Amino acid sequence: MTGPTLPLRVAPPIMFGSRRALRLIERNLYVYRHGWIVIVSGFFEPLFYLLSIGFGLGALVGNVPGPGGASIPYQLFVAPALLASSSMNGAITEATFNFFFKLRYQKTFDAILSTPLSVADIALGEMGWGLIRGALYTVGFIGVMVVLGIGVSPWLLLTVPAALLISFGFGAVGMAATSFMRTWQDFDLIQLIILPMFLFSGTFYPVETYPDGLRFIVQLTPLYQGVDLLRSLAVGVVGPEAIFHVAYLLVMGFAGLFVVSRRLDRLLLK
Amino acid sequence: MTDRPPMSDSALIRARGLTKRFGAFTAVDAVDFEVAKGESFGFLGPNGAGKTSTMRMIGCVSPISGGTLTVLDQDPTTQGPSIRSRIGVVPQQDSLDTELTVRENLVLYGRYFGLSRAECGRRADELLEFAQLTERQNDEVEPLSGGMKRRLTIARALINEPDLLLLDEPTTGLDPQARHLLWDRLYRLKQRGVTLVLTTHYMDEAEQLCDRLVVMDKAKIVAEGSPRQLIDRYSTKEVTELRFPAGVQESLDGQLDGLADRIERLADRVLLYADDGEAVAVAAHERGLQPETVLVRRSTLEDVFLRLTGRSLIE
Amino acid sequence: MAGLTYVLEHRAVQYRRTFRSSVFTSFLSPLLFLTAMGIGLGGYVDRSGGAALGGLTYLQFLAPGLLAATVMQSAAFEATFPIIGGLNWQRTFHAMYATPLSPRDIALGNLVWTALRLAMISSVFTLVVIAFGAAHSPLVVVGIPIAVLTGMSFAAPISAFSATQRTPNRFNVIFRFGITPLFLFSGTFFPIESLPSFIQPIAWLSPLWHGVDLTRGLVLGTFSQNPGLMLAHIVVLIAITIVGTWATVVTVERRLIRG
Repeated sequence: MTGPTLPLRVAPPIMFGSRRALRLIERNLYVYRHGWIVIVSGFFEPLFYLLSIGFGLGALVGNVPGPGGASIPYQLFVAPALLASSSMNGAITEATFNFFFKLRYQKTFDAILSTPLSVADIALGEMGWGLIRGALYTVGFIGVMVVLGIGVSPWLLLTVPAALLISFGFGAVGMAATSFMRTWQDFDLIQLIILPMFLFSGTFYPVETYPDGLRFIVQLTPLYQGVDLLRSLAVGVVGPEAIFHVAYLLVMGFAGLFVVSRRLDRLLLK
Repeated sequence: MTDRPPMSDSALIRARGLTKRFGAFTAVDAVDFEVAKGESFGFLGPNGAGKTSTMRMIGCVSPISGGTLTVLDQDPTTQGPSIRSRIGVVPQQDSLDTELTVRENLVLYGRYFGLSRAECGRRADELLEFAQLTERQNDEVEPLSGGMKRRLTIARALINEPDLLLLDEPTTGLDPQARHLLWDRLYRLKQRGVTLVLTTHYMDEAEQLCDRLVVMDKAKIVAEGSPRQLIDRYSTKEVTELRFPAGVQESLDGQLDGLADRIERLADRVLLYADDGEAVAVAAHERGLQPETVLVRRSTLEDVFLRLTGRSLIE
Repeated sequence: MAGLTYVLEHRAVQYRRTFRSSVFTSFLSPLLFLTAMGIGLGGYVDRSGGAALGGLTYLQFLAPGLLAATVMQSAAFEATFPIIGGLNWQRTFHAMYATPLSPRDIALGNLVWTALRLAMISSVFTLVVIAFGAAHSPLVVVGIPIAVLTGMSFAAPISAFSATQRTPNRFNVIFRFGITPLFLFSGTFFPIESLPSFIQPIAWLSPLWHGVDLTRGLVLGTFSQNPGLMLAHIVVLIAITIVGTWATVVTVERRLIRG
């Protein structure tokens, strides 16, 4: 029986990385040479939200209490939260819909598996590609924030790795979830989790609005970690809870990666 | 299985008691076979006989459930990536990357094998020529015809200059022109010394391409040999086909007995297996039988195949 | 026209299998948006910026706009993936065309189905709005056909476009540069008067703005303040829908005949 040896085959590249995973990133670069507009368009979505919600609606809202309780303009309040949400959404879209399509329909991975690449290389490569895209969007968005004069704290530089951490956490868990999906219908479940999280994790208004019990629950959601982390960096009021946020997202990412490498083996190596 | 070649050092694939189970279902049941270097080896069998499962195990993308398997002197369980770097795979369904152009499909696939970009480009140009796709190299994959996609898939499988090429039903669904072109390309590969392993359920394809083949049925190997050997062993030299007017065939009881070595009645005609088909036709005529048409032909692999795997539809 | 009803029946049978996801898009999603934006964020809006909303609470302002915007999004979805699926993936439209059904039956059947779906979605949404106490006038019920009309002014032209596509690549562009900006800048979340004045004429080009303004006028009962404008909204939406429907029949027919 070969069952027990399979994890051994997977574990080393997951832990130490394999250069072959880079080939998958190269593939995606080729693909997007044709579809660059899709890449560019991903940058505009959070920008549109920032202009509409931050400025259009922000004019009606005025100031709100920010990290540490000081009153801050609504644009500054909502911009980092939109960045966190778009990091989450970008990672989830890539790791669920697109990944499922490649896994089940396009058979891209089946062809790749008849080369020396392993399942772990595929998982790592897809993940890496998602992070590269995420980094591009993040830098672009922060550039816009600076140009519009929202958030000028030196901590702002740290939002780039922090946003990548959000992409990593959600991307890995998203891929793990996708490996359990059987039909497109199952994706409703993902939406069922993502949309409420997007709307209620302190993205658009302070979590202090909620009663204590509810607020505590909200503060445990993964998106809240990202929102609060980015917001404190953008405003420049960074407390010890930032360490908790970082640890939370790291654990999430590695747990997801662990599950996905086990599951993909079973799905692809039938 | 008297004529199995002795265990030789030159064998590229060795399987002993090779088994694949999916839960309670056994797809491949303890099969033994060997493929020698430079040989063209075929798996013949109806759908569901276990051909594809066997191919996937050889391709190191499907863990074996029992027995032993050696590919290129290595163990697929632990040395998958190393084996895969030396084989080419043409899967049953084209798995081309539809988001890339024809040429990019070749180049990128080469990159997966760790080849340099320049080397990939050089080989891609050669293979485009080989697959007669040079003019379409910058087109998308989707609008290509079935034959072109198949040739591209084969070209892609050759990008790493494999020692062993696995082809799962290479010509299923293609028109006659496309099939013949493909056979021609595969024949050239064989002449270059590439070892071919293919599955098919087309008898003419097996006769065209295979030096040696095994017939699989219900997860087991039921016969093995060269096409000629199999015909000699499981059929007669010739077959006489008699077709009677509607209603007559049912009333023939006993009248055909002893005419041939073996007689098979189909819904629409009667097949008489004998070494001299002409003599059978004459004898039938002398018995006063009046078939509408008489056809005397040489036995084919199809006769062997149907004898071994039965005529009823297997789903 | 009998052919059209067979197409409807086909879509309805398909729909039974995707019912669960429609519960989500048509009921849960607007409910969550209304709660988060209308009540959660609305609390902050009402404290500082109520005046710009003509004395309405933010929830009352948001609800009708969100109705039109939700219907638009559903319409855009129904007009893209099912169309390209029927023509390219599952090829069900080709299968239908192999029967006595005409391309016109197939094109119109799908659009009528979309209209029915939109009617379901806006009815459910309206019930949610009433439950939230954000309805101010019995005219709220008239908001349903208006929302459907708004949705069809998107579904019809987008269907025509989808029938010319063989891959979904350009849908991304429609959603990212069409549907999402319209959702955000057509007066759904804030009055377009808050936009810089040079941008406002662009909002007038958006069918969604016509729909949002009309729906808001009806649902909030402010319809009678400017009946001429309201009539103009209706004319614009009907005109787009008719042209789009005609274009869909043409493009679907062309694709089916070419194979």
